[in-house]
Amino acid sequence: MLSLYVSGTSPVHRAPAGLKLAVLAALGVTLFAIDRLELVAGAFVLVVALGLLGARLPARSLTSQIRSVWIWLAALFCFHLLVTGPLVGAVAVLRLLTLVVAAAVVTATTRVTALVAVIEWLASPLRAFGVRPARIGLVIAMTLRFIPLVADRAARLREAQAARGADRLRLGLVVPLLVQVLRMATTVGEALDARGADDAPARRHRLGTA
Amino acid sequence: MPWGRRAERATAESTAALPSTAIELRGVAHSYGDRPVLTDLSVTLTERRVGVIGANGSGKSTFARLLNGLVVPAEGSVLVDGLDTRTQSREVRRRVGFVFQDPDAQIVHPTVEEDLAFGPHNQRLPAGETARRVEEALLRYDLAGHRDHPAHLLSGGQKQLLAIAGVLVMHPRRIVFDEPTTLLDLANTRRVARVIQELEQDVVVVTHHLDLLDDFDRVLVFEEGRLVADGPPGETVPWYIARAT
Repeated sequence: MLSLYVSGTSPVHRAPAGLKLAVLAALGVTLFAIDRLELVAGAFVLVVALGLLGARLPARSLTSQIRSVWIWLAALFCFHLLVTGPLVGAVAVLRLLTLVVAAAVVTATTRVTALVAVIEWLASPLRAFGVRPARIGLVIAMTLRFIPLVADRAARLREAQAARGADRLRLGLVVPLLVQVLRMATTVGEALDARGADDAPARRHRLGTA
Repeated sequence: MPWGRRAERATAESTAALPSTAIELRGVAHSYGDRPVLTDLSVTLTERRVGVIGANGSGKSTFARLLNGLVVPAEGSVLVDGLDTRTQSREVRRRVGFVFQDPDAQIVHPTVEEDLAFGPHNQRLPAGETARRVEEALLRYDLAGHRDHPAHLLSGGQKQLLAIAGVLVMHPRRIVFDEPTTLLDLANTRRVARVIQELEQDVVVVTHHLDLLDDFDRVLVFEEGRLVADGPPGETVPWYIARAT
């Protein structure tokens, strides 16, 4: 989600983000309600076809997501081999694989702002309790923005420590990283003020398209 | 040619009518805790291009932050076109944009296009106008090819251009730059310098890169929280260099 969006104009790209998330949720519920291998396999093929043909995504945008979880899927299959049997294991693995690919299709075809707009819409009933949904959306967007930045700062600190002879990962990294992050947070707060974040209107509550 | 002439013209047309701003500081003093950073400062800025120089810790950045209300003075007042930054900070910030030294702290959305739309959205501009301004900025700063690019993967120069563009799409009348080239290499420093040179808006630039100020109208020199020199760059910059060496 941090950098998975692949720009495009396919029907899947143009579909409303809320619809895509709803379909993803429904798919998750349905997959866990069925336990026949051929049905789950069929769903997997459909989802892959939707990604490659419907959304015209490059295969690597799907395979990269599978690569990041394959070790867990393999472990799950081994567990089922020992405890329940290969058929149940295959269904369990294929079920998760289908959901991973479906989630990859959604994130690759939907801008973060569109996803955030859906979350804001979902959070809009909280307005009655004084919660500002636009703030929730901003927090989510900023989290996605700053995760790689903080990771980059941590990597720089590790390099700086290594350059001074600390060749193992040390707990001492935490304090300087925290200091840097807090310092940056002050500037980010100023930047939000400078860019009028306090003036932000309540978003129009409709499900945005990608 | 790093960015298109057609796009430059389009942006120039959209900002050419911007009126200039007058910023007045009256008897301003400020401190962080017990540490005074600015003392007895009274100055009025009406020139189109104002440079601010001085050693580290001389009060330059605090001065810059005073100009759009990011910092409210402990004593005295700051008026932007007559608006007091203490009581009318929102309106002041609409008139005076701010570009930070570290663009990473200024870019708040994950992708380039989304970040550009952040300011106009906060200004409650219609979606069509926001899209037009974003498109214009993407073209002008050669970022169109990076529209959906994650901001953290941009180069240092591209990040600074994005930070500047993120302020420009809000159409401020004056832009304050706080050491905009400090983290950049030579090529990107020149590029950002050219961007500042071509801006239609009034600018205040805090910098250690003295070359940047050659064609400026006025340069302020700060030393230990005091304004110690004020005049055209031809006089103040050599004076500052002689004093620093």
